[in-house]
Amino acid sequence: MTFKDTFKTAFKGLWANRSRSILTILGIVIGITAIILIMSLGKGAENLILGQIQSFGSKTIAIIPGRQPKGPTDVIATFTDSLKQKDLEALEKKNNAPHAVKIMPVVFGSEAAAFENETYRPTIFGVTDLFAKIYDIYPVEGRLFTEDEIKSYAHVVLIGSKVKEELFGENEAIDEKIKIKGGNFKVIGVFPKKGQFSFLNFDEIAVIPYTTAQQYVFGIKYFHRLIAEADEEKYVPQTVEDIRITLRNSHNITDPNKDDFFIETQAEAMETVSTITSVLTLFLVAVAAISLLVGGIGIMNIMIVSVTERTREIGLRKAIGATNQEIMTQFLLEAVMLTALGGIVGIILGGALSFIASFALSRVLSLDWTFVFPISAALLGLSVAALVGLVFGLYPARQASLKSPIESLRYE
Amino acid sequence: MTLIRVENLEKTYYNDGVQTPALKDVSFEIQKGEFVGIMGPSGSGKSTLLHILGFLDQQTKGRYFFDGKRIDDYSPKEIARLRNKKMGFIFQAFNLLARTTVLENVKLPLLYSGIKESLRNKMAQEAISAVGLLPRIHHESSQLSGGEKQRVAIARALVNKPNVIFADEPTGNLDSASGQIVMDILERLNEEEGQTIILITHETYTAEHTQRIIRFFDGRIESDAKVDNQRSAKKFIK
Repeated sequence: MTFKDTFKTAFKGLWANRSRSILTILGIVIGITAIILIMSLGKGAENLILGQIQSFGSKTIAIIPGRQPKGPTDVIATFTDSLKQKDLEALEKKNNAPHAVKIMPVVFGSEAAAFENETYRPTIFGVTDLFAKIYDIYPVEGRLFTEDEIKSYAHVVLIGSKVKEELFGENEAIDEKIKIKGGNFKVIGVFPKKGQFSFLNFDEIAVIPYTTAQQYVFGIKYFHRLIAEADEEKYVPQTVEDIRITLRNSHNITDPNKDDFFIETQAEAMETVSTITSVLTLFLVAVAAISLLVGGIGIMNIMIVSVTERTREIGLRKAIGATNQEIMTQFLLEAVMLTALGGIVGIILGGALSFIASFALSRVLSLDWTFVFPISAALLGLSVAALVGLVFGLYPARQASLKSPIESLRYE
Repeated sequence: MTLIRVENLEKTYYNDGVQTPALKDVSFEIQKGEFVGIMGPSGSGKSTLLHILGFLDQQTKGRYFFDGKRIDDYSPKEIARLRNKKMGFIFQAFNLLARTTVLENVKLPLLYSGIKESLRNKMAQEAISAVGLLPRIHHESSQLSGGEKQRVAIARALVNKPNVIFADEPTGNLDSASGQIVMDILERLNEEEGQTIILITHETYTAEHTQRIIRFFDGRIESDAKVDNQRSAKKFIK
């Protein structure tokens, strides 16, 4: 019997019981749909997060006070005040970190801002004018603050679009004064609408010189972050090392295990995110795979019923010359065709659902979400589905092939 | 020319340690072109014999030569191929595939015989024409009467041009008129095409179409005789 004939015969066998066949593959369809959906959305989420990290600039290096957590019991915030002005000055010395072209201290926190009767609670960023460059956000109205204003602890502020809307509505904001922590800050610039980016909503920020933020708003002498930028991407690892040595010297640290700061680069952050999303996706896929197992058992069950039901047909086929092998192939192919069909439907359904979900996420939540159709997942899903058919179809098919033609022909 | 020769054939069924002899010391020969009726009461071993002759079962003792070769010389796969190419089966219960057309049913053995797809329709049509069912070729088997179903089964048995057709009570499920048509077809195949047919029956009017009747009783051949009054008996019945 040619493969084409076997295929046709198997197809006819399934077609004769089409409603049952459809119900049988439902388990497989759901399993594959879930897997495709999870993998597609997982990839989409990963791309979104990676994209946001990437937007931070591949040459950017973040110096964070404290120790990098080594485990769940590790206390992260042990040395949160370890980055000080002298560190900034040390890093700015050219011979310490020759490839670090820009270094920006960052202090931040949430504080109430008020204008007349309106109040809003933006995230206050105390930074330098490098902020605009590093985050690629420039005021649509007004200007950035100057180096002189930083040095002179000037009370100037740039506000995000949401902050402007909340405090001023449609009115002009430039040159008005808003109250933050008792101080009057002159609005010198308004940022354009940018939305969520790099885990930060840029529409809800108020940006002031870091000196002013330390002195008048937060009352601290340290920085929450130091952001450095290497002149070229290839010098990032070297710069990280330079910074590490400089800061250790500055902090009199000899034992690297006692570092009171840690350094994150975009590459590391991307790696971390990739690992987290991959593990999460894998876990969810494993959960979804359980439904494939259940689906496979369903297939086996129905195939056993089908083989019993068609005992006479099997007997007849044998009597007119089918070999055991041919009977086995026929029933095995039926099972594989069932599950493969379930796999195909699942892939289409999963793809369609994740497309809809991507669309909804990008429209409703205005996220920069892209639809990813995981071709590898689709191929994997199809092969897994076929494999399920092969594994769970084997036993019933073997039962069919071993039937005695005489007994089978007599079967009532 | 001898097509089938059995020597001292014995068959014993073992069921939960209980021995049930079904055939005891059976020997006979069947020549090409013969139309043999095998008769006997139920339990006399005639179905067992047919199964052994049709390669569906194996004897416990004795020797069986088909076309000059012993069955033991064949592998299971070759046996399946022999059943496909050299034997045709007709069953009491027709055993047609449900929800399948006459044409597809008749083509079924051709699927297993490696015959080119382009040839299959032609061969099937010839066989269907031989049983006079061409007008019903595209009907599903469930739309046919009992007699027509059995004629489809005959066409299916014929389609591979077998050396021998085994018919196990082919008229058992039919009314006498339909049974008569079926027997006429078998007789014509034997007379005109020289088709060897081995027929199991317990109905005398069916057996009267044959040329030779082997009677079984209790697993043994009771009598083996040519039917000399074949024609006259049939005419008498008509």
